[in-house]
Amino acid sequence: MSEKIKEYPGHRIKTADLRAGLVPLIRYKPEAKFAFSAGAAMSRFLEELKNGRILASVCKKCGRIMVPPRTFCEICFKPVDDYTYVKDTGKINTYSVSFIAADASRVKEPTIVAVIELDGASPGMGILHKIGEIDWKEVKFGMRVKAVWKPPEQREGAITDIKYFKPLKEGEE
Amino acid sequence: MEMFGKRRVAVIGAGMTLFRRNLKETGKELCWEAAKMALDQAGLELKDIEAVVMGTAPDAFDGVHMKGEYLADGAGARKKPYMRVFVGGGTGVFTPIAGWWHVASGMFDTCLVVAEEKMSSCFPHPAYAFHTIFDPIMARPLGVTLIWIFALEMHRYMHVHGIKKEQIARVAVKNKQNALDHPCAQLPQKITVEDVLNSEVLCWPVQRLDISPTSDGAAVAVLAAEHVAKQLTDNPVWIDGVGWCIDSTYWTNRDLYYPKYVECAARMAYKMAGIKNPPKEIDVAEVYDPFDYKELHHMEGLMLCRKGEAPRLTEEGVTQRDGDLPINPSGGLLGVGNPIAAAGMMKVCEIFWQLRGEAGKRQVKKDARTGLAQAWGDLMQYGSVIIMRS
Amino acid sequence: MSREISTCPLRLRHYPGHLEPEYAYTLGIAGERFFREIKENARIMGAKCKKCGKIYVPPKLYCEECFEKLEEWVDVGTKGTVYTFTISFLDEHGEKLEKPEIYALIKFKGTYGGIVHRLGEVKPENVRIGMKVQAVFKPLTERKGTINDIAYFKPIME
Ligand SMILES: [Zn+2]
Ligand SMILES: [Zn+2]
Repeated sequence: MSEKIKEYPGHRIKTADLRAGLVPLIRYKPEAKFAFSAGAAMSRFLEELKNGRILASVCKKCGRIMVPPRTFCEICFKPVDDYTYVKDTGKINTYSVSFIAADASRVKEPTIVAVIELDGASPGMGILHKIGEIDWKEVKFGMRVKAVWKPPEQREGAITDIKYFKPLKEGEE
Repeated sequence: MEMFGKRRVAVIGAGMTLFRRNLKETGKELCWEAAKMALDQAGLELKDIEAVVMGTAPDAFDGVHMKGEYLADGAGARKKPYMRVFVGGGTGVFTPIAGWWHVASGMFDTCLVVAEEKMSSCFPHPAYAFHTIFDPIMARPLGVTLIWIFALEMHRYMHVHGIKKEQIARVAVKNKQNALDHPCAQLPQKITVEDVLNSEVLCWPVQRLDISPTSDGAAVAVLAAEHVAKQLTDNPVWIDGVGWCIDSTYWTNRDLYYPKYVECAARMAYKMAGIKNPPKEIDVAEVYDPFDYKELHHMEGLMLCRKGEAPRLTEEGVTQRDGDLPINPSGGLLGVGNPIAAAGMMKVCEIFWQLRGEAGKRQVKKDARTGLAQAWGDLMQYGSVIIMRS
Repeated sequence: MSREISTCPLRLRHYPGHLEPEYAYTLGIAGERFFREIKENARIMGAKCKKCGKIYVPPKLYCEECFEKLEEWVDVGTKGTVYTFTISFLDEHGEKLEKPEIYALIKFKGTYGGIVHRLGEVKPENVRIGMKVQAVFKPLTERKGTINDIAYFKPIME
């Protein structure tokens, strides 16, 4: 605000007045639902999750093995050359511990979330997922982890077919 | 950069509303209040305005789809050339950039740039609106929230440089303190580093006092071509550099510790403004601070210091109003509030007032001639930068 | 170049999603007063620009042309004219309505703007552009301060 301006507009609504229903409001709930088409690469990725495998794309020009898979390389701007599988193991690139739910309310059990660089993918190629079977205070950067899959009969072709990633012990694969 | 026949563009007026968690005004009314103030400051009437640019973030906040169109009359756009720009959180600084090219191109002599957000419409919490920005296949089924992804970035930044939470908390302390002098501020507070470290943990390492609030508000600037600006004011503030850049949407595929896209945007703006040594030549900067770590992250991306060096500068007081490189003298998003697009625009207004010497109690100690405003957005991938000179 | 073609297009997946947010809109400075007048006094108000003289219905906080603040409010009465109308056979979800509904843009004499509302007490085939209509308000106890406090507009004799 410039010191030349003496008054500034806006009428604040007190939270207490809102809660007490003293503020006239028009309420509305959108009803739209969506069906996102997964496309050629991600459809196959989801199908392969049912088989307990993680699909990646290969670009021979830049040499990258990309996960999540895609139909085109966004760097070379050409169709990818091939698809391959990467391992369901990797290491923690970064992580966070969430104490809040989607509506910003508090949860009892925190969720550990991480970017996991998968073995077999190009360096730095990671996916977002959860970490389990470990106290959040024990999680470390660079920690080796492995996917814990739902039983095959419960898989539905969703990223949640992997329940979470758990820490690997020294020497474990 | 060659001038390609571009015309010099000045900011000649600015205005804004209060930033608050809930304001009674509709989005249109907020736009009008701030736009009217900016026009009055510039000594212009609406009929003098040739084009209008609107900047406003996802429709899901206001809850009006096509809200660019919805807000048009409050923004003064009736029967005028009008467009809405949107680049996520980067919108607030990208809006005057779009206004700049309207005028620099020679198409228009005057342009009103309006930024608005009414996040309180989204019920019960604006967090719900953020869900819809994520990849529906890879991210949403996991229950991702906006704070997760910033927490992941913050943690990586801390890890790579060995930065401690105490160092980052100093940014929140400084900005909330600065906001005590801002008449529109939503969360001006005198707090300590201890308060930040003891505040509720949301998504480690992000705590309650590391974060800016959600807000309603609007902020507006009036742009004019050189010949018009010189007729209207003795102290125009020139837009001498603009830059913008986006990185890959596959954010889990890139290095989160450093905002390379902000560097690209800054290089573009510095080149245009003829700036060779940013820390020496930038007198005051408003960098995007929706979280305290972002101020540090962005100082580094803007090359105002070396990578990993921003926490030390903050500790040494360099970024205080009386320091060598004052950062966020307004109080930033952490202190003034974060009505997304309006928050970025507030930063542009602040640099305008700082360079005119009109910032009152918030005026930085040094003689500020060159200022910078920056915003950041989309999925942690977008940078917009503007360089202004008195 | 071996572009991936092995995925059968019939197996291409769709992934479901929906919008979670709900909304609570403030009526605004002008809107609160407009709806209070409807609710408490069954009055339709306009706001007059002292510069250009336009009377906005519904009222706004500002004149969109002069950008002046509108501070003079006037009662524009409850009678207006059908400026244009449509007969809807489908509801908001695209389902067939049992009985078609008539929606009209109703203008008030000497004012700028107008109100979109339902028409009642008239058969679709009898509606005409230029027809005079009057607001029928719900009983005071049922009014909530929304546009539906007006039940509908009905034709009147001139
Ligand atoms: Zn490639
Ligand atoms: Zn007028």
